[in-house]
Amino acid sequence: MNTVVEIRTSPHVHSGRSVDQIMRHVVYALLPICCYAVWLFGISALALLATTTGACVLVEHISCRMAGRESSIGDCSVAITGILLGLTLPPGLPLWMAVVGAFIAVAPGKMIFGGLGFNVFNPALVGRAFLQAAFPVAITSYTPALALHRFAEFIPTSLAAPFLKAAPLGDWIARVRIDGFTGATPLMLQKFDHVATDPWTLFLGERAGSSGETPALLILLCGCYLIARKMMDWRIPVAMLLGALLTDAGYYLSNPTRYPGPVFVLFSGGLMLGAMFMATDPVASPVTPRGMWIYGLLMGLITVLIRFEGGLAEGVMYAILLGNALAPLIDNVTQPRTYGERRRKAMVAP
Amino acid sequence: MALMEIFAGKRLGRGLHVPDHKEATNHLPIRRMPFAPMLVVPLSQHTGAPAIPIVHEGQEVVRGEPIAKAGGFVSVPMHAPATGRVVRIALAPSARGDLSPAIYINPYQGASQEVLYGAEQDIERMTPAEIVQAVQNTGVVGLGGAAFPTHVKLKVPEGKKIDTVVVNGCECEPYLTTDHRVMLEQPGEVLHGARIAMRALGADRAVVGVENNKLDAVAALRAAAAGAADITIEAVEAKYPQGAEKMLVKVLLGREIPSAGLPADVGLAVFNVATLAQIGELLPRSQGLIERVVTITGPGVRKPGNYLVALGTPLRWALAQAECTDQVSSVILGGPMMGAAAGSLDVPITKGVTGILVLTRNEVNGHTRIYTCIHCAACVDVCPMHLNPSRLGMLARKDRYEEMEADFHLMDCFECGCCSYVCPSHIPLVQYFRIAKQMVRERSIKERQRA
Repeated sequence: MNTVVEIRTSPHVHSGRSVDQIMRHVVYALLPICCYAVWLFGISALALLATTTGACVLVEHISCRMAGRESSIGDCSVAITGILLGLTLPPGLPLWMAVVGAFIAVAPGKMIFGGLGFNVFNPALVGRAFLQAAFPVAITSYTPALALHRFAEFIPTSLAAPFLKAAPLGDWIARVRIDGFTGATPLMLQKFDHVATDPWTLFLGERAGSSGETPALLILLCGCYLIARKMMDWRIPVAMLLGALLTDAGYYLSNPTRYPGPVFVLFSGGLMLGAMFMATDPVASPVTPRGMWIYGLLMGLITVLIRFEGGLAEGVMYAILLGNALAPLIDNVTQPRTYGERRRKAMVAP
Repeated sequence: MALMEIFAGKRLGRGLHVPDHKEATNHLPIRRMPFAPMLVVPLSQHTGAPAIPIVHEGQEVVRGEPIAKAGGFVSVPMHAPATGRVVRIALAPSARGDLSPAIYINPYQGASQEVLYGAEQDIERMTPAEIVQAVQNTGVVGLGGAAFPTHVKLKVPEGKKIDTVVVNGCECEPYLTTDHRVMLEQPGEVLHGARIAMRALGADRAVVGVENNKLDAVAALRAAAAGAADITIEAVEAKYPQGAEKMLVKVLLGREIPSAGLPADVGLAVFNVATLAQIGELLPRSQGLIERVVTITGPGVRKPGNYLVALGTPLRWALAQAECTDQVSSVILGGPMMGAAAGSLDVPITKGVTGILVLTRNEVNGHTRIYTCIHCAACVDVCPMHLNPSRLGMLARKDRYEEMEADFHLMDCFECGCCSYVCPSHIPLVQYFRIAKQMVRERSIKERQRA
């Protein structure tokens, strides 16, 4: 009998889950959405996704090197950031802007805080928020889905040289012959022109929009895969969609002609992608059960408030960033009541 | 009925389902293990003051004869596990890793396993105080692993009233099947022990909680109870850590033991089934506790089983009987979730050892990479005490022990290990909390000394 025994402290067994395994599965869940984005918007979407993902991974790798520590790209979390950033940008965005966005997302959005686990905001949304502020025109220039020759030629704006004026999209749109295309997303049409979009178009995503936000049903399905594998918390997306639904219900019931119904609100814009894949970023969301509900409901509420009351057509990004900012506070005020606790403590100092 | 209990068993809100591996031994009857050539009986096998030897070196002892007396009220006597000669009274390695005084007994070859020592006593005519004394004399301690002297729990604290005795037959730790076999093979003794506890405490009913992966044990106990009105047997959901007394009383009776309190604070007393079986068996004959059922199992043994082992049997001997393989990487006393790794194979089996789990390199989680906390909340969702292990872990990393205690209920953690088990970042959470709790205890002792 071997007499050398190892001494460890209990528990001596582990579930076998690991961070890189979870992150890898999130990447798998995002791949069908990426494929669909390429199908809808062609080679430009492919180039955009490849650029953001590649740039994000590169920036993280270089950041780690500069900080003198082991590269953390192996945990796949930065790949998620890159893919999500690409999915939230318009397919025709100039690629050099995408590189700028990727740099902002990873360097100041994540690595400056200390890398995975320490960032306050969802890095992909930090990058996108920067692009929204820096290039307001480019980030709201949408192109039609299923354009002709989309696998053969780029959307002209994609290949614009840095800091130079991009070719106007009008000629290209006329050439690919999409009838009646106005360069507006269903949310813009609804908000500024009061034109409704067919629900099936919203479900299947054959519409203008950011490259990966359009196929709402597919996104829902991919999210459910992660929930079923217990790699994602179901409470946050459910709470966020519920929050949006309840807020919309208030508006819709008071004035059904002016405000859109629940199906439109849930399946248009980036709400589904945001609720499923960005609000659920565990690092920037609360950990307490009640906190998750409050966080989700709040983000749903703010999304709809921005859409209906604000100047922008879409509010998911700012809603999630605001939710991220409030997450630590929400955590502090929703500490669970422990077993056998004699009295409730009011609030815990951060 | 059985099917209904599988689905409708009383549920534990938190906790987790761990692969239980009980199928290796749960069908194997309890078998007696032969005496080892040398038995080492430590004087401190229980919580509380060590026992005081009453034999001298060279003295002959008879199986069952007292060899050490209790060192106070929270202490129990020791009895000779085999007929033989006391070789020496000296230091012996203990499971904690240090040395502690023990009585070495060399059993006579061919010594009988029968216990001749002891006398009949009529429990029906004893007062509660006499029962407490009699239980102390048997040397019985909590056999579920805690090894807290049982007679102390049989004494009703002043100003308290105990209305219900809770009998813990959950055995939620993976691999272990000792309580299961005891319930199957000695249901009458378990219930008799429960009746004795009810008498001592003045309780008018007892509730037995058994996890619903042991429905045959539920049936055996129900058959033995034969419809008695004052003892109910309930199936509860099989989920770790259902067998923690705080969880069990909440699930069975809806009562919460207050923080830093005892079951007596809510009118309850909780006993493990094996403990009660020993009281039911030993008390009428006024004998002492000299052996216990130990599950020896795990991928590292070829003959797993439930063995009735004489106390003081060295691990090395017990493992040889179970045909231990060469691929041993660690030997755990107890279950894989809360058991302690034995530091040496010369450690004797004591009253609190429920099982010996022999793991090979394949099961022990090796040097996995530790990531930072990603706030996934998996630990928060499993913590049976509803603590926030994620936050506690971050504070522990910064040595902020006072804050952990004052604001995040550190001292309520009973170290079940669920948080470490699920953590995808492999953060040794419960290990941090053990250190933090020890630091808090030491600081409060220092402060008291200064005051």
